[in-house]
Amino acid sequence: MGIRFILMVNKQGQTRLAQYYEYLTLEERRALEGEIVRKCLARNEQQCSFVEHRNYKIVYRRYASLFFLVGVDNDENELAILEFIHLLVETMDRHFGNVCELDIMFHLEKAHFMLEEMVMNGCIVETSKANILTPIQLMDKAS
Amino acid sequence: MSGPTLLDSLFQRSLEDLIKGLRLYVGDESTFISKSLDEIRREIKSTDPQTKSIALQKLTYLHSIHGVDMSWASFHAIELSSSHSLNFKRVAYLAASLSFDPSTTDVILLLTNQLRKDLQSPNSHEVSLALNALYFIATPDLARDLTPEVFILLNSNKGSTRKKAIALILRLFELYPDAVRVCFKRLVENLENSDPGIVSAVVGVFCELARNEAKSYLPLAPEFYKILVESRNNWLLIKVLKIFLELAPLEPRLGKRLVEPICDHLKRTGAKSLAFECVRTIVTSFSEYEFAVRLAVEKIKEFLNDDDPNLKYLGLQALTIVAPKHLWAVMENKDFVIRSLSDADANIKLEALQLVLAMVSEDNVMDICKVLINYALKSDPEFCNEILGCILLACSRNVYEIIVDFDWYVSLLGEMTRIPHCQKGEEIENQLVDIGMRVKDARPQLVRVGRDLLIDPALFGNPFVHRILSAAAWVSGEYVRFSKNPSELVEALLQPRTSLLPSSIKAVYIQSAFKVLTFYVHHYISTKGVISSASQGVEDLMHGRVQENPQFVRTGPVADSDTDDGGLNPMMLHRPVRDVSVESFEDMSVAHEWLSSTSSKVEPITEESIVSILNFVETTLGPLSGSHDVEILERSRNVLGLVELIREELLGYLVKREEDNDKGQRKTHEMIKLIAEAFSEELGPVSASSQERVPVPEGMVLNQNLADLDAICGDLGLHIPTSFSFGRSISSGKDDVTMSDLQSKEEVESTESTSLLAEHRKRHGLYYLQSQKKEMVYDDYPPANDLKTGNNADDEADDLVKLTEQSLFPKKKANQAKPRPVVVKLDDGDGPFIPAKKVESKDDLISGAVRDVLLGDEATTSSSRTKKSDKSSSKRRQKDKLDIDKSSVLKEDSKALENSELENASLRRSKRHSRGKEKKHRSIAKDRDEHEEGDKQKVSHNHGKHKSRQRADVALTLAAQSPVIPDFLL
Repeated sequence: MGIRFILMVNKQGQTRLAQYYEYLTLEERRALEGEIVRKCLARNEQQCSFVEHRNYKIVYRRYASLFFLVGVDNDENELAILEFIHLLVETMDRHFGNVCELDIMFHLEKAHFMLEEMVMNGCIVETSKANILTPIQLMDKAS
Repeated sequence: MSGPTLLDSLFQRSLEDLIKGLRLYVGDESTFISKSLDEIRREIKSTDPQTKSIALQKLTYLHSIHGVDMSWASFHAIELSSSHSLNFKRVAYLAASLSFDPSTTDVILLLTNQLRKDLQSPNSHEVSLALNALYFIATPDLARDLTPEVFILLNSNKGSTRKKAIALILRLFELYPDAVRVCFKRLVENLENSDPGIVSAVVGVFCELARNEAKSYLPLAPEFYKILVESRNNWLLIKVLKIFLELAPLEPRLGKRLVEPICDHLKRTGAKSLAFECVRTIVTSFSEYEFAVRLAVEKIKEFLNDDDPNLKYLGLQALTIVAPKHLWAVMENKDFVIRSLSDADANIKLEALQLVLAMVSEDNVMDICKVLINYALKSDPEFCNEILGCILLACSRNVYEIIVDFDWYVSLLGEMTRIPHCQKGEEIENQLVDIGMRVKDARPQLVRVGRDLLIDPALFGNPFVHRILSAAAWVSGEYVRFSKNPSELVEALLQPRTSLLPSSIKAVYIQSAFKVLTFYVHHYISTKGVISSASQGVEDLMHGRVQENPQFVRTGPVADSDTDDGGLNPMMLHRPVRDVSVESFEDMSVAHEWLSSTSSKVEPITEESIVSILNFVETTLGPLSGSHDVEILERSRNVLGLVELIREELLGYLVKREEDNDKGQRKTHEMIKLIAEAFSEELGPVSASSQERVPVPEGMVLNQNLADLDAICGDLGLHIPTSFSFGRSISSGKDDVTMSDLQSKEEVESTESTSLLAEHRKRHGLYYLQSQKKEMVYDDYPPANDLKTGNNADDEADDLVKLTEQSLFPKKKANQAKPRPVVVKLDDGDGPFIPAKKVESKDDLISGAVRDVLLGDEATTSSSRTKKSDKSSSKRRQKDKLDIDKSSVLKEDSKALENSELENASLRRSKRHSRGKEKKHRSIAKDRDEHEEGDKQKVSHNHGKHKSRQRADVALTLAAQSPVIPDFLL
């Protein structure tokens, strides 16, 4: 499946966005997020961005106050996922302009829609920023 | 409460209000949330879609960020999804995809029609919303009902829609395997698309499919190869490489073709992700191509020397993959690996540790362990224990294969115990005991190390090493005959600080003290016996002979093997007395070392020392005889009883030394001897799987619930004690069994439990399988420690041979200072039994969920694709040749497929099964075209033009007739 879940978590460990590509119950999600946050947020800049957890590999990257964590299968290409994270951030940046935690908080839906455009069934299907943003721009126009 | 009023709608709080409110709210968040939930509950019932949508939006937010349950609102989401406004629809579908649980949300089916409508919508945004939602909420029913719609979308003009449909199709395959038959052809066709995005999506799907069962996709190798050579899209290339990673091991000829382009990519690319994928592919699947591996290792070195910790980590990981086949690659980077042990990143350290251990061999194990222990002393507790765990694992691998010097290793274990962070108590405990049982030569050192641990007061403070102390206590008790100073051991075992230990371990301490004390006193008595032996009875003399006369021992080690002949009888009561000495002094060299030392210089045992020890034991154990813990209570009572006994004996000695023949005194004397003998019986290692190997008798039903045991017990009545409690029957049956039957039973090896069990079986034959089967089971475990039988000597030789064969770097043992001691191994003849079982359980696991859906399905996958891809390619005139190759490969493939189909026979698959058979016919007999044609029609009746099918058949017959050597990548 490639990507299993995508999390955005702030420095305090609060989840700002959670998108799972396999069904987990609320309790399972909360437990998983807690464990991951504990594991990843304690790490510093000099440490690598890959953490193995349960049967996932977590690839994460920190942008200012926000951590982007992607849970992938063990044989997924870590560096490609890092590139994906960067693409995601760039896309959000293009849309929000200097994207920050608050943008994602207040526009959670949009963030989800971007992800929906980019990832399907755990596979990355769209890498063009313009294409990703088209439906969202349409939505903005409509409202 | 009724529905929302107009006022509610007018003053409804927006999502933004909610979020702001939440941020500003002082106090308990949950009160605010529950207040908002009340509002939402009211608003969501509104008939106004605007109000409803905002309510749903807020609820979705609370659900995904604050984990609020929203299963109650699923119907509202479905209601809203039918709205005409794209934005409302979006809210509805998002809510559905984030919160619906496909397995429990029962209203999902209500969405079927709406989804179908949206999938058919001319508005591509609606379509893509529906596709997304379908992915998240798809159930088998939904997948079945909507496959046709998604199938149409596979040909959509709109790139983004098509990509999503392709990615979604994988999910549909999983849920509804029959979708494969409908959609596979189009999926394959999309590989030819000019849009790299679409190709990428298809390759992504195949990447997933191939991961589960690669074989079926071998025929597509030419297509993938083309992408590999032509594409410059890194995302795409990475995925293709992943597919080849799976395919390459299945088809050796692929390697030759692939290695070049992969190396080209590796040389050319600037993208680290692609470079790493190339490296990983080479080292995993193409490790036999030396030049490619060289190139990959060069790249790895580049990664290692990069400042980016990510690359370092990946580089080390790649090295770990290379290590088993190309250890030189690790050796070249040895310095870096060792340095990484002190990296700032725990993950990097772990990888480095793995690599260091990959380098371990017989020759360097001491050096490496020294380095590692130094690192362990310096690192944080967590990593320290990782190191210790790895050392323990590496050294114990394959029954201590790489250990030559066990004295060193045992000392190392002792050293580990003293590392402050050590938490590997359990593992070290197991190894200490295990080595004690397996390696005779290591026992003296074990006792020395055990003693050092026991008398070290600092160790009580670390609860993790308590278990090691337990092992040390056990070792000291069991092999006390190697001890230089038993009285010191008794003191160590009963020191007041033992109260810090958990009771189970304390019990071991007391039991060990019991053993040591017995040995000590027995030794004393027999010495006395020899000294004052002039007038003693023959028996006493016999007894004293071997044990107490060092000279005799030195000159007559052979005598022991002789004496053993009569010693088959494991019972003590009537066995020739000399057995004891045989048992306890099996290891002659060590034994007389001890004897000579004890008898000459070390600690002559005097009555005073005995008395003082007895007093000590009494004062320390006295209070414990009232302990609440049964184990402690029982054992300390035992010891105290022994002390009583000895006192009597001693008094007897002191008072009437000259009248040895006194009856009562003789009795106690004898008893002490008996106990000592009992303890000197040797314990052998037991295979971990022995319990499993006892076959369950046919027709025997093992109930999980033992509630109906009462009824059985009622029926059996008197039989219960004998048939159910083995422990009892062994102890009570001892005398009669051993005396009468046992000595005649030559084939039964000498451990008492075996013989008793055999006797027991004889009596209760009806509970067991026929004798032949029993024999077989028993042949599997000869008592591992019975070294005197010639049989076993052979085993040892075998073991040694095996050892030398298995060791990674078979260097001559000649240059070693001393020969490796014999390590007793269990005869692992369990080969056929256990693996078979494992396979079965694996089958169960996989076939249960995935294989049922995917694997069996893959069979169809390829069966349909077989034809389809043929057809599609037959359209491409220029690819005729390829076609031929492919179809001839397909034949091989189909056979394999048939096999796999046979494997998972199930109701659902029986249809396909017959098809697989037909395929075989096709490949064997060429004249069955018509038949096959009919078959095909059945399969692809949904679509596919008749014409192309016929053409495919032409291609196929052509392929079958011309004996082409299949080469995938021409």
